[in-house]
Amino acid sequence: MNFLRFAWTWLTSSQQWHGGDTIPIRMVEHIGYSALALLIATLIALPLGVAIGHTGRGAYAIVSLTNIWRAIPTLGLLIIMVVWIGFSPLTWLIPLVALAIPPILVNAYEGVLVVDPDLTDAARGMGMTEWQVLRQIEIPVAMPLIVLGLRTAAIFIVATANIAAEIGIGGLGRFIIDGLASNDYGQVAGGGALVVVLALAVQVLFVGVRRLLVPVGLRVAGRS
Amino acid sequence: MVWSWIPQNIGQIGQITAQNAYLGIVSALIGLAISVPLGIACVRWRLLYPPVLSVANAFYAIPTLALFVVLIAYTGLSDATVIITLTLFSLCVLIPNVVDGLRSVPEPVRQAATAMGFGQLRRLMQVELPVAVPIIIAGLRVATISSISLASLGQLIGVSSLGYFFIDGLQRDFPTEIFVGIAMVIVLALAADLVLIAIRRLLTPWQRRRTRPEAVAVLVAGQAVPHVGAGVP
Repeated sequence: MNFLRFAWTWLTSSQQWHGGDTIPIRMVEHIGYSALALLIATLIALPLGVAIGHTGRGAYAIVSLTNIWRAIPTLGLLIIMVVWIGFSPLTWLIPLVALAIPPILVNAYEGVLVVDPDLTDAARGMGMTEWQVLRQIEIPVAMPLIVLGLRTAAIFIVATANIAAEIGIGGLGRFIIDGLASNDYGQVAGGGALVVVLALAVQVLFVGVRRLLVPVGLRVAGRS
Repeated sequence: MVWSWIPQNIGQIGQITAQNAYLGIVSALIGLAISVPLGIACVRWRLLYPPVLSVANAFYAIPTLALFVVLIAYTGLSDATVIITLTLFSLCVLIPNVVDGLRSVPEPVRQAATAMGFGQLRRLMQVELPVAVPIIIAGLRVATISSISLASLGQLIGVSSLGYFFIDGLQRDFPTEIFVGIAMVIVLALAADLVLIAIRRLLTPWQRRRTRPEAVAVLVAGQAVPHVGAGVP
């Protein structure tokens, strides 16, 4: 068996591209679920992380949170949601958002926390208010880590959305899960190839996001 | 929650947990066995590090399920497929930590070893690697926890692991079984983590004698891991 040959044969057959439940539709679904989850997670985690980093409280809780985060089995979390609340958009949205929060939170927190105190003291000495210190000094300086957190979360969500096919949502994971269930390795391989392409595209996207958001003076310092 | 289910099925719970532990721990250990020599090579020949790191990082973004799928073509629906996948993921945390650990050896320490007549190999084995242990183990902790958790996905391609309880629990609409599966993954990961912390303490007895500020600094350096897991679902 050869993965690439199976994937190629499946990807290039025209029924995958025309009609219902085709590759373009699954791809749009997958990106849609992921973008929605990332947006909600960012709205919750980013302000919280920045606030905790600014005040310096709750460090221990945050470090413990990331340790537990790595241990949580995503498949188990998705499935327990189905058993609890049945099939609804919240069934997959809640776990996806919950799993994306820790990387965003911890990186925003740490980014703000490690800002050189001389820098913030100088800003306060110049008469900046706390709000100005946060917006004009701490957040820009923390940006490399903030973007790293967003990237980690995005990669995690895009990957987890595949697993969510097991509980019946659309997206590219459908091809893999359905293909495995029907012993159709061509479909499994094709779906797998698409998932890899999407994951790499997310990596590339965040190189662009980094260029856009990280101040020029910080690009060397914040290698991620 | 049907508590009586747990003692009734304790044998099966133990057996599947052991299988999940085997998949996760073996993967992390193979990852370590690859990363240490590779990391040493990367420190010695600096030009080697950037390409090796890029490849390891590219693996990080690839979903577990996708890599399973690619490997099925070659190793089938077997333990090997799961172990190879998890090993590849562990490299993205382990290689940078081995390299950072070796680079964290202070230059005076290195020079003192040379002045005492240590050859290169002896200096590596008796000075540089022991000093790097806290950082290497910090990476191994992340790799082990992630591997144990991700191993549960093996069930999606029919490889026995704690994921069995999730899928069986879903099919039977039986939450107790799913809870037991989730709890066992987390307990297993935390237990492995505690063992690794104990090993680090045994291997670095000098750290306990340090005065507090230094100890804190070492602790921070020892956890200089990026806040990512080793691999994504």
